[in-house]
Amino acid sequence: MVWLSFHRSEPRGGVRLTRASASNRSRTVDRRRFLQTGAAAVAAISATSCSRSRTKWRFLTDQDGRTLAALCDQIVPPDDYPGAAEAGAVEYIDRQLMRHYRRHRAAYRRGLADTDRLSLSRFGHPFAELSAIQQIEVVHNLERERRAFFELVLNHTMQSFYGTPRHGGNRDAVSWRMLGIPDPPVRGRANYDLTKPGRP
Amino acid sequence: MKKVNAVIVGAGAGGGVVAKELTEAGLSVVLLERGKWYTANDCRKDDLRNQRTTVLGNAFGPPDEGNPRVVVGVDGREFVALPSEGAYSNNAACVGGGTLSWGAQAWRYMAQDFRMRSTYGALAGSTLEDWPIAYDDLEPSYEKAEWEIGVSGDDSGNPFKALRRRALPMPPLPPNREYEVMLPAAKRLGLHPFDIPMARNSVPYNGRGPCMRCRWCVGFACEVDAKNGTHNTVIPRALATGNCELRTGCMTKEVLTDERGRATGVAYFDEHDRLQTQPADFVVVSCAAIESARLLLNSKSRLHPRGIGNRYDIVGRNLQGHTYTGAAGVFDLDVYDDIGPGAGLAISDFNHGNPGLKGGAMLANEFIRLPIHVVGGLPPGTPRWGAAHKQAMRDYYKRTIIVMGPTQEMPMAESRVQVDAKVRDRWDLPVARLSGDRHPHTLEIGRAMCEKAALWLKEAGAVRTWPLPPGRGVSGGQHQAGTSRMGDDPKASVVNRHCQIHDLDNVFVVDGSVHVTNGGFNPALTIMAVSYYASAGILRMWRGTGLRS
Repeated sequence: MVWLSFHRSEPRGGVRLTRASASNRSRTVDRRRFLQTGAAAVAAISATSCSRSRTKWRFLTDQDGRTLAALCDQIVPPDDYPGAAEAGAVEYIDRQLMRHYRRHRAAYRRGLADTDRLSLSRFGHPFAELSAIQQIEVVHNLERERRAFFELVLNHTMQSFYGTPRHGGNRDAVSWRMLGIPDPPVRGRANYDLTKPGRP
Repeated sequence: MKKVNAVIVGAGAGGGVVAKELTEAGLSVVLLERGKWYTANDCRKDDLRNQRTTVLGNAFGPPDEGNPRVVVGVDGREFVALPSEGAYSNNAACVGGGTLSWGAQAWRYMAQDFRMRSTYGALAGSTLEDWPIAYDDLEPSYEKAEWEIGVSGDDSGNPFKALRRRALPMPPLPPNREYEVMLPAAKRLGLHPFDIPMARNSVPYNGRGPCMRCRWCVGFACEVDAKNGTHNTVIPRALATGNCELRTGCMTKEVLTDERGRATGVAYFDEHDRLQTQPADFVVVSCAAIESARLLLNSKSRLHPRGIGNRYDIVGRNLQGHTYTGAAGVFDLDVYDDIGPGAGLAISDFNHGNPGLKGGAMLANEFIRLPIHVVGGLPPGTPRWGAAHKQAMRDYYKRTIIVMGPTQEMPMAESRVQVDAKVRDRWDLPVARLSGDRHPHTLEIGRAMCEKAALWLKEAGAVRTWPLPPGRGVSGGQHQAGTSRMGDDPKASVVNRHCQIHDLDNVFVVDGSVHVTNGGFNPALTIMAVSYYASAGILRMWRGTGLRS
């Protein structure tokens, strides 16, 4: 229960984790637990300080963020349930561009600029300001002409929306609710006392 | 370092079993593992970072940094592959190896699987051969593996299985909805469905509790430690003897040999990347088919100029895995009930005896699928993005059943592991280079299995089915096998029936590498059974002092 709340909303959850650990456990905090708690606290602090800086993104520019949000929303559009952007797709991608997807940074920079350039030349406005019909036309064009970039955005958007909420996408487990599968009830950990000797 | 009786390289399905068998017999053992020791507490239900979905990396190693391989595609184009990419053919790098995060299907091969050449004759372009040992030789070891590792299930309804002397130690898990839909259909078709043997506790066993039926199974470590591998069974038992020292984070560089050509131990990089030497009376190589071959090939010396066991250029050849094929079907009712591990029902009707085909596959309902697995697996013709894709996810997620199975591959000498001449890993060791393809007959068998799976789904009420056809390219992956094949002829095989290198009597290869053919089943229980069998042989030789130096 503890670590799940941490993933749902980072700063608040991080603090909760610290508090929960402190109350559940008196002096017998083992080394692993201590490290996890410490890491969570550090994550909470860094997430807070990031949100205070001028742009909310780690890698993207504000304009990148607007274009990417609109692009993600054409890949998983809002309907009865939120679209990819509202569920955190840009947060997911921006975060991974600092981590596992560092190798895709140049592709995103160039691809998002190309998307806006294409939109301007076709419809006179950047991608985010186009109508849905115009955006879909641009996306079809990207799928044909900028295949590699389009595949990246497609895959990463799907990962964000249908993957675990812990990486910033699928906010509030929206896609799992949409598919009618429960948010993971933590059945195992509750019975799992890590302070007892002999348990792994 | 102090000399020990045995150094075992790799703490996976093979090495873990050997460590336990040797240490319980009183031998001193150092068990080297390049990865870490994860426990149930390291279970993270991360849909994007585990051993099955690796878009954000492997959860249980190896890391993407510093562990490349070179892969030659069927078009001849060669490229560097990272561990989280499919072409890399990764299994895992951790204590327990693949058995930490596997689906845990624990199959015995059938009697014919050890006698493929005798059963089907030669096949042009394939090195199809018999094993030098038969099912009957391994039967006691299979039983030992089932009881020591812990297997649940019930294959009493499978008339095709080879003789079993003792039933499985645990009953099967209760059925999920897929099982209930597919079972009567199989019976109506005259097939013989039964409960898959699984190394998963259905009742408390070995001091650990039963499966809690969650969605995050294959590819993940088990949060409640109900999934059984070597990491939570035989390796702790080896350590409990006091005779085994497990060293994690240790990458073995080479098997060392003396001026007479005999092995003296291994050189390895410890967790701080310092080069160390571990002397031993004998060496057991258990790194799985790709890395075991790489270690043997990288162990060059004056008397072993092409690597250990490679006098006749066989090490690394016959790389195989399984060609997964089957079908998906959509139903007009919900068939998904969110109860793991998902897979539960199998048929063995098509493993052998298919007219015109040299083998086949076990077919089973697929493991429970996370939403991310279904994104690219919707019915053919579904748009890949947009409102229609989102709607299709809603329409089909709970209404799709996949039936598939591991088609037994026709081994090929050209499908192989070599060491690359240029690319090196972070320890400056030449990396594995994978090249080859699958035999056309493997693809033919695979396509036949697609049709069988589709028939079963249609009988169960699927309103639409589509095939999941075989892929091309060199095989391997988590079921990798064959690269140090076992045989009686030293010119046509690498190890003898005791997994001992033909021309170097104090080096053993004990893992899937020794499989001559890989059965139409998940291979881990066979790897474990072979490991028990080989350990008994090693201990006999040890007592005869043949291995002491």
